[in-house]
Amino acid sequence: MQRKKECVAMLLAGGQGSRLYALTTNIAKPAVAFGAKYRIIDFPLSNCINSGIDTVGVLTQYQPLILNEYIGNGQPWDLDRTFGGVHILSPYQAKARSSWYEGTANAIYQNMHFMKMYDPEYVLILSGDHIYKMDYAAMLKAHKETGADCTIAAINVPLSEASRFGILNTNTDGSIYQFEEKPKVPKSTLASMGIYIFTAKKLFDYLEADDANPNSSKDFGKDVLPAMLNAGEKMFSYRFEGYWKDVGTISSLWEANMDLLGENPVFDVSDKSWKIHSRNPLAPPECIGETGVVKNSMIALGCEIDGVVENSVLGSNVIVEKGAIVKDAVILANSVVRSGAVVSYSIVDENVEIGANAVVGVPKDPSAEIVVLGRGITVKDGVKVSEGQKHENDIKM
Amino acid sequence: MAATAVGVVFSHTHEENVPELVHRRTMASIPYGGRYRIIDFALSNMVNSGITTVGLSANNNYRSLVDHIGSGKDWDLARKDGGLILLPPFSENSEMYDNTRMEAIASLTGFLTRRNEKYVVLYDCDAVAKFDISDIINAHEKKDADITIVTRKGIVEKTHDYLLVDADESGRIYEAKKVDRGITKGEATVSLGIMVFNRKFLLNLVNDSIAHGFRSFSKDVIIKQLSNLRIFSYNFEGYYAGIDSVSAYFKHNMELLQKDVRDELFSGRDIYTKVRDSAPSKYGAEAEVKNSLVSDGCEIEGTVENSILFRGVRVGKGSVVRNSIVMQDSVISEGASIDCVITDKNVVITSKRHLAGCESLPYIIQKGKHL
Repeated sequence: MQRKKECVAMLLAGGQGSRLYALTTNIAKPAVAFGAKYRIIDFPLSNCINSGIDTVGVLTQYQPLILNEYIGNGQPWDLDRTFGGVHILSPYQAKARSSWYEGTANAIYQNMHFMKMYDPEYVLILSGDHIYKMDYAAMLKAHKETGADCTIAAINVPLSEASRFGILNTNTDGSIYQFEEKPKVPKSTLASMGIYIFTAKKLFDYLEADDANPNSSKDFGKDVLPAMLNAGEKMFSYRFEGYWKDVGTISSLWEANMDLLGENPVFDVSDKSWKIHSRNPLAPPECIGETGVVKNSMIALGCEIDGVVENSVLGSNVIVEKGAIVKDAVILANSVVRSGAVVSYSIVDENVEIGANAVVGVPKDPSAEIVVLGRGITVKDGVKVSEGQKHENDIKM
Repeated sequence: MAATAVGVVFSHTHEENVPELVHRRTMASIPYGGRYRIIDFALSNMVNSGITTVGLSANNNYRSLVDHIGSGKDWDLARKDGGLILLPPFSENSEMYDNTRMEAIASLTGFLTRRNEKYVVLYDCDAVAKFDISDIINAHEKKDADITIVTRKGIVEKTHDYLLVDADESGRIYEAKKVDRGITKGEATVSLGIMVFNRKFLLNLVNDSIAHGFRSFSKDVIIKQLSNLRIFSYNFEGYYAGIDSVSAYFKHNMELLQKDVRDELFSGRDIYTKVRDSAPSKYGAEAEVKNSLVSDGCEIEGTVENSILFRGVRVGKGSVVRNSIVMQDSVISEGASIDCVITDKNVVITSKRHLAGCESLPYIIQKGKHL
């Protein structure tokens, strides 16, 4: 058997996602639920398998339990392999030193031996923070064609947002002459997507050098990429035109969910040529009852809808009782909306119970703010939860 | 803990009752309840009772069954020891080829000899119900039975090829009658085609029966030996949906719209099925859905009432689906309507067509038809 993989993917999944507040109290950001039945990490993992990349290291650090359990042996993504497949890489103790992952580059550096096991020609670095469908094989092809040492996937962003990203300044052939991490005055609107393909040998050399550099913050964007550019390595941008959404904030996560709705959705997860694989809930078909009304919504298996659901995305086994109204909301698996309750413009985490006649949030309008109810909490009957509130504990009054 | 029983599922019993539905598949692979096939309930009952080895006896047209089952991993039955084992027709004597139950059981001897579980559960896959098989095995053990037959007391809905039994207070069966064809009026106790044996006992019984040249398992083995064998009935009182006819199939599917039926079948334990990774279902701005079950991957723009939609069904704008069962990937185009219709998989009802059957005689549209 061939004991070699041309390309190994390394998925950075250790992020806390602190701007998601209660949604990431107990779980890592890549494990956050999205689109009724998915979790964020389904997208990069599905992209990998759909691109023919069958060896993926998932680097975890922050609250890894649910993520580890979710990934399991990788079978839902067809990533259970005798050679290759998906592997969880957590920080570990070693003879010389033991430490947490200190930065993105350090996390990859600490797993050098994992990558080297597969003797790869190329290494693909991914993050578990984005919703998108992308053919990494096409990017790898471009990397080979340009003969680059490093290829960075890039997307055009609005000028007003450009200073939130790593910005690539490129020549007409796509080669990068300058890389600016979160510039105050951006020179271009071409933003790094945090997706890199490295020629493996170069990556290993630069990671060694970065680790030896006491002044480095051990980050790809801040340290490794600038170091490569300064040394005159061949670096190219790879333009991506499709849908790509950072779901790092409450409002972007809400928007990304809404992007799935409508006759011609902004983002289509039902495309059979690029299936998004996930660990499927074991649940019967959803039941829309005699009094149920469902409009412009996405509903996962096992839901029981006897109330009104509009412009919303509901995870598996959600119950909406008779007389309850759910509008412009994202409700995650196993939550219950009791009769007479009204939920508007909110993100409700898993296993939340919203009591009878409770009012959560206000009707959506440009000035309104999204309510967030954290995992497993109970909202007492008749309680009013004002717009923009974020709760991690039961709400009694 | 090692499993105490090995299961055998007969995938093609009573297919003659529903010829329209088994045109290109086995009884076991008939789609049911939106996202299942009948065999999912049998396999889930076994897996949920701790059985980890299931032989799947297949006779003909089992391609759809194999396609559905795959390696068995979706039922947790892809195992190094045991797991799901397909048992296609096999005979040492080429003239005998699984036409009778006796022959089907005889062809299992190789498989059963190599196992080491204490018990065997033979399971006819022609119904949807939640059986606690460990409880049936416990009863079998407690009564020190040679054979335990799962039965049901009440109005018999079956029309042919069934076994009626009479049991005393202890449950021991003292009389049994095979009905080849005909309706039984009034209340009776009927076998549900699920039987528990001690594995070694069954092997001996089969070898003896072959040596005696017996041809019918129920007539020659069970009915003739009621006095010398300890044959007990285990009465099942839960929800039972026997697929005895197309109208029964239709009726029982529709019963899933009742919450108590869904709760009994689905709550408290999982029903496993093939994973297809469909997207969640989408409801359009003009969708009107009432009293219906909808599976993943559906896209609904029209009206759906009192119906069951399987995976990947599309209901176009202005179209109406009432009292119908729409199987996987079928399309009800804009402005079309169906009432009391069963569409098999991949059916397309073109724009503005109107089709209707009635509850006792639903209009069945065969797989892949464009109307």
